[in-house]
Amino acid sequence: MTDKQLPVDGKGLLNNPQHRAIFFQVLALALVVFFAFYFANNMFENIESRGITTGFSFLDNTAGFGISQTLIPYDDGTSTFMDVFIVGLLNTILVSVLGIIFASIIGLLLGVARLSSNFLVSKLALVYIETFRNIPILLQILFWYNVVLAALPGPRQSFAYLDSVFLNNRGLLLPEPIFQSGSSAVVIAFVLAVAAVIYLTRWSRKRHDDTGEEFPIFKVSLAILILAPTLVYFIVGQPITAIYPELKGFNFRGGLTIIPELLALLFALSIYTATYIAEAVRAGIEAVPKGQKEAAKSLGLKDYVILTKVVLPQALRVIIPPVINQFLNLTKNSSLATAIGYPELVTLFSGTTLNQVGQAIEIILMTMAVYLTISILISLLLNWVNAKMAIKGR
Amino acid sequence: MKVTKLALLLGLTAAVPTLSHAGTLEDVIKEDVLKCGVSTGIPGFSAADSNGEWKGLDVDFCKSVASAVLGDASKVKYFPLTAKERFTALQSGEVDVLARATTWTATRDASLGLNFAGVNYYDGQGFLVSKSLGVSSAKELDGATFCIQAGTTTELNLTDYFKANGMEYKAVTYDTSGQTIDGFKKGRCDAVTSDRSQLAGLRIKLDDPTSAILLPETISKEPLGPVVRQGDDAWFNVIRWTMFATIEAEELGVSSTNVDEMLKSSANPGVKRLLGSSGKTGEDLGLKNDWAYQIVKQVGNYAESYDLNVGKDSPIKIDRSLNKLWNDGGIMYPMPIR
Repeated sequence: MTDKQLPVDGKGLLNNPQHRAIFFQVLALALVVFFAFYFANNMFENIESRGITTGFSFLDNTAGFGISQTLIPYDDGTSTFMDVFIVGLLNTILVSVLGIIFASIIGLLLGVARLSSNFLVSKLALVYIETFRNIPILLQILFWYNVVLAALPGPRQSFAYLDSVFLNNRGLLLPEPIFQSGSSAVVIAFVLAVAAVIYLTRWSRKRHDDTGEEFPIFKVSLAILILAPTLVYFIVGQPITAIYPELKGFNFRGGLTIIPELLALLFALSIYTATYIAEAVRAGIEAVPKGQKEAAKSLGLKDYVILTKVVLPQALRVIIPPVINQFLNLTKNSSLATAIGYPELVTLFSGTTLNQVGQAIEIILMTMAVYLTISILISLLLNWVNAKMAIKGR
Repeated sequence: MKVTKLALLLGLTAAVPTLSHAGTLEDVIKEDVLKCGVSTGIPGFSAADSNGEWKGLDVDFCKSVASAVLGDASKVKYFPLTAKERFTALQSGEVDVLARATTWTATRDASLGLNFAGVNYYDGQGFLVSKSLGVSSAKELDGATFCIQAGTTTELNLTDYFKANGMEYKAVTYDTSGQTIDGFKKGRCDAVTSDRSQLAGLRIKLDDPTSAILLPETISKEPLGPVVRQGDDAWFNVIRWTMFATIEAEELGVSSTNVDEMLKSSANPGVKRLLGSSGKTGEDLGLKNDWAYQIVKQVGNYAESYDLNVGKDSPIKIDRSLNKLWNDGGIMYPMPIR
């Protein structure tokens, strides 16, 4: 049994623990680089030997196929694969953002309902959560798609509202606003109204802090937001008109169409993700010590004030991190839309485009990069929110 | 010292040979099974029946290749592929040959690293509409919504056709042809557009096939044929001549029922060359000399395969029209086997 001490200032390079640590790290890095380089090299050589075109020049080629929902002007005769990429990206972002908004609202309400002292409300919330959380999302998407298509009539038998909003199995048709000259005044009025409301809110809060007097901030804000733009709209001479959807031949023409695929996907994603958010909300609220609520109650605060001013601000610190994960999941789950033909990035780009062009590696890499970027951005944003919410030492 | 090690590593990388693959023909013989890429279900071309057995014109082609190469039509492993999976599966070597009603176009031939071995079915794009729509010509389809399959030439032809005729359309794009007909059944679209042969197959999937009609217009040329990887000429030849052999057999009147008799008694030198009793075409192709005999014996000639799967003895009943032999008013013209 030797009792030798480690040579701290050893002579050999490998005898010094610090040097040794560096050496092995460099070695590990070198191995990683080597394998990455080896596989990339191998891949490119194989691609070349098989005569497959490589590079990103295909993005400038004309796509030449139609897309059912485009947020930017898209012409199936002249638009390029780059345009297809952007169309797909925007459609992914559209469904993700809408999904995140709806899922958050439903999730928050459900989470609170789950903790309600009303037996029926809390059990209904429980049943909802357990049902939708335990059915695979792909099945739910297919289910809602079939429900949407089966429940809605054909274009000629549409449900109509005031002859301007129509609902049928081609989608929800809305009047499309057309902005004519002078409409900028209305927009400016709206922006000014928003600014006024923000200022008013701050003023009323300060007054409340100083004097304790209440001000009907919600009603006044709503009045400003609606009245100001409306007034300007009529003064300038009604510059915003609308194109109404009209039944011509087989289908409606004109107006905005919200396609059934978007409706079904949005339904499925929001309902599914909301269950997870609800559980996060419940966990967060339960994590707030009971004493906090009891203290607030003993001060005579109303239940609503206790929830919004005492419990939720503390609960949010616990709620936000798991909710970030759910937002990311929702965004990634939106790629399942390929099962029902909603034209998002995976369907359009790594589906149709890949098949028309055949350059799998470039296209899949671009698609993966998009999801990585979106996910990182959402994470960063919510980490920032989290930092703002954290308890600050005083 | 580390620098030299790193340099050594990088040098090694350059020296390591890339994963090379032997010829596909040798691979198939060695594995004793043909990996054939087919569709996920196009009736008449490649679809699994109620017993889970693959049937169709393209499936028969896979069997013909297996007969020619391995002497046994049952030694085929089928890989059902959607339209957008098919080329990657072939490029990556997951399948040896793609027999999946695939249209031969210049872009695909030139940029995908693939070669089309020929045409085993001449098709064209058509429209399937509901009778209740009251439409009798594609020219009346202005403003209609179409269900289409993603990643097909169909998508591109549709755009071309509507542009050329100054009409508008909306497209709902699905992954598989099964989904397109589902969408059509549920009223998501007014019409389905695809190759006419596929539409005929999809039509019989409707609850009431007589409720839908195929419009008379054919808006494109769709030559469908087997595809192989580029740069493997021996395998390319095997695939191409397997196809010609089935058509040549029809032309010479050799069928699965009379092939043994023909082998014994036919005095026709063409038949003798085809069946391998004279000449050595089989050996030149890297196969056994009775390759074509095995094809006809085990699978049948082109006419038998056609009639059984898409023609008069099938539920689809598509007229042979362009797919008749060249001496019968069609354009099926096998290159001479000699």
